[in-house]
Amino acid sequence: MFATDAVHRAATRTMPPPPVTPLATRLTRLALAALAVVVLVYAWHEAEMNPAQLVRDAGNMATLGADFLRPDFTDWDVYANAMLETLAIAIWGTLLAVIAGIPLGILSAENVAPHWLVFVVRRAMDACRAINELVFALIFIAAVGLGPFAGVLALFVHTTGVVAKLFSEAVEAIDPAPVEGIRGTGGSWLQEIVFGVLPQVLPLWISYALYRFESNVRSATVLGIVGGGGIGMTFNETMRGFLYSQASAILIMVVLTVSLLDMISQRIRKRFI
Amino acid sequence: MAAALQLDRMTKTYGAMRAVDNVSLTIREGERVALIGASGSGKSTLIRLASGLILADAQGRGTGAVQACGLKVQEGGKLAAEARAARRNIGLVFQQFALAGRLSVMTNVLVGALGRMNALRGTFGLFNSDERRTAYAALAEVGIAQHAAKRARELSGGQQQRVAIARALVQGARLVLADEPIASLDPKSAKRVMDTLVTMSRDHGIALVVSLHQVDYATAYFDRVIAMNAGRVVFDGPAAQINAAFLTELYGASAEELILPSQFAVAAPPDTKAPAETHSSQTVS
Repeated sequence: MFATDAVHRAATRTMPPPPVTPLATRLTRLALAALAVVVLVYAWHEAEMNPAQLVRDAGNMATLGADFLRPDFTDWDVYANAMLETLAIAIWGTLLAVIAGIPLGILSAENVAPHWLVFVVRRAMDACRAINELVFALIFIAAVGLGPFAGVLALFVHTTGVVAKLFSEAVEAIDPAPVEGIRGTGGSWLQEIVFGVLPQVLPLWISYALYRFESNVRSATVLGIVGGGGIGMTFNETMRGFLYSQASAILIMVVLTVSLLDMISQRIRKRFI
Repeated sequence: MAAALQLDRMTKTYGAMRAVDNVSLTIREGERVALIGASGSGKSTLIRLASGLILADAQGRGTGAVQACGLKVQEGGKLAAEARAARRNIGLVFQQFALAGRLSVMTNVLVGALGRMNALRGTFGLFNSDERRTAYAALAEVGIAQHAAKRARELSGGQQQRVAIARALVQGARLVLADEPIASLDPKSAKRVMDTLVTMSRDHGIALVVSLHQVDYATAYFDRVIAMNAGRVVFDGPAAQINAAFLTELYGASAEELILPSQFAVAAPPDTKAPAETHSSQTVS
């Protein structure tokens, strides 16, 4: 301890005073804090935040809550059918997206595709990702009518954007040596992809595809609310008819199904990584 | 007969660094040449130029030309139209093996047949029984047929390197370029890989260019040695002329890196086929 004290004394004798935050920096911080407060206040008004309403309408909440606490499974077979429809939407929406995402993912990877093409494909995929599944569902309902097929198409387009990006990132992270090995044998560009790139990215791709399937099951439950078929449609009908006990039963089934699928797909994914 | 490899005034610069500086050289059919030099002397760049994996600086017509077995690989900084056909004659062996680790050893070797197959069949990996037999024979020749069904990455480094050699055999290469093939191997595996390379070259009349930074290997296995320093060829002649004094004269202090005593003394190369390793009498054409 003596030694450190001595060092400390020596240091304080020879060292300059510790640095002070300059005034300009402090003023900037103050201005930023003020700006944050202004944004929060403005957003409060814009969002018509009114906590008092929760208290005022406490009666409604109590009725709703009471009904939700008594789930009514009388029509469970109807819900199960609708749930299966939702799963079907998610399965086909994801599968089509993966099929489209493989070439698009490869073509948007900087290390295997020409720059101009990468740019074009990436912007297209950005557009697919930027627009929510619900919006796509509304568009496809206008095109092919109400029902699960519109939901499949909506998931397909949005998920293609997501999957292509994830796939291309996996491709960009590969070890280039095996690809050069194939190139060295006189293989074509496509053969370099098949024998040099795919073996490296396949486990990751499978894992990404399963993960997207999980989240698409969740999304597919919502699609029904705008008319895209499945359990969401049934849920929407019960809520509109003030059948809260039945709505509660549907929600419980959704939660159980989604959790179960998450567990299964997580197991499968672990095997591939 | 066209030369196995002909480089004409090759230059490659990276930024301000001349990795390869105006190198011309010729490798005859079936010739075995060691390419020595310290790290950063341009050996790897030269091999990558020769195989067309990288392009030489564009310096006008006729310069930076590479011909392998009569086919043009590149010229004037552009890949030749027949580069893919030329590459079929060139087998490449890399320091880090460059195998697809998840694919089976067999598939990694079969990949060598891609260049000669129907493109569609090759792309889908539909190899026929003829190609499979050739690949298996090549694996037997390098002494790892028993591992054919394993994933490539399950093999040891030395075994993986022999998979790469088998791939070059299946390819029917007339020239094998090996870039530091033993640099990441333990001494025992290194010797085995060098034996396999030299035996392959001898049995099939395949020209062999091996870049090394261990001079003792170069003098033990090769007749002709090309020495590089700072991107230039500073010596090209019989291996017998290479000794420690000569290397110190060529490289100064960095010669130490080249003549570090190896853990195992390098024995003379196999005059006859090494037993067990290459017992197979099947030859791969």
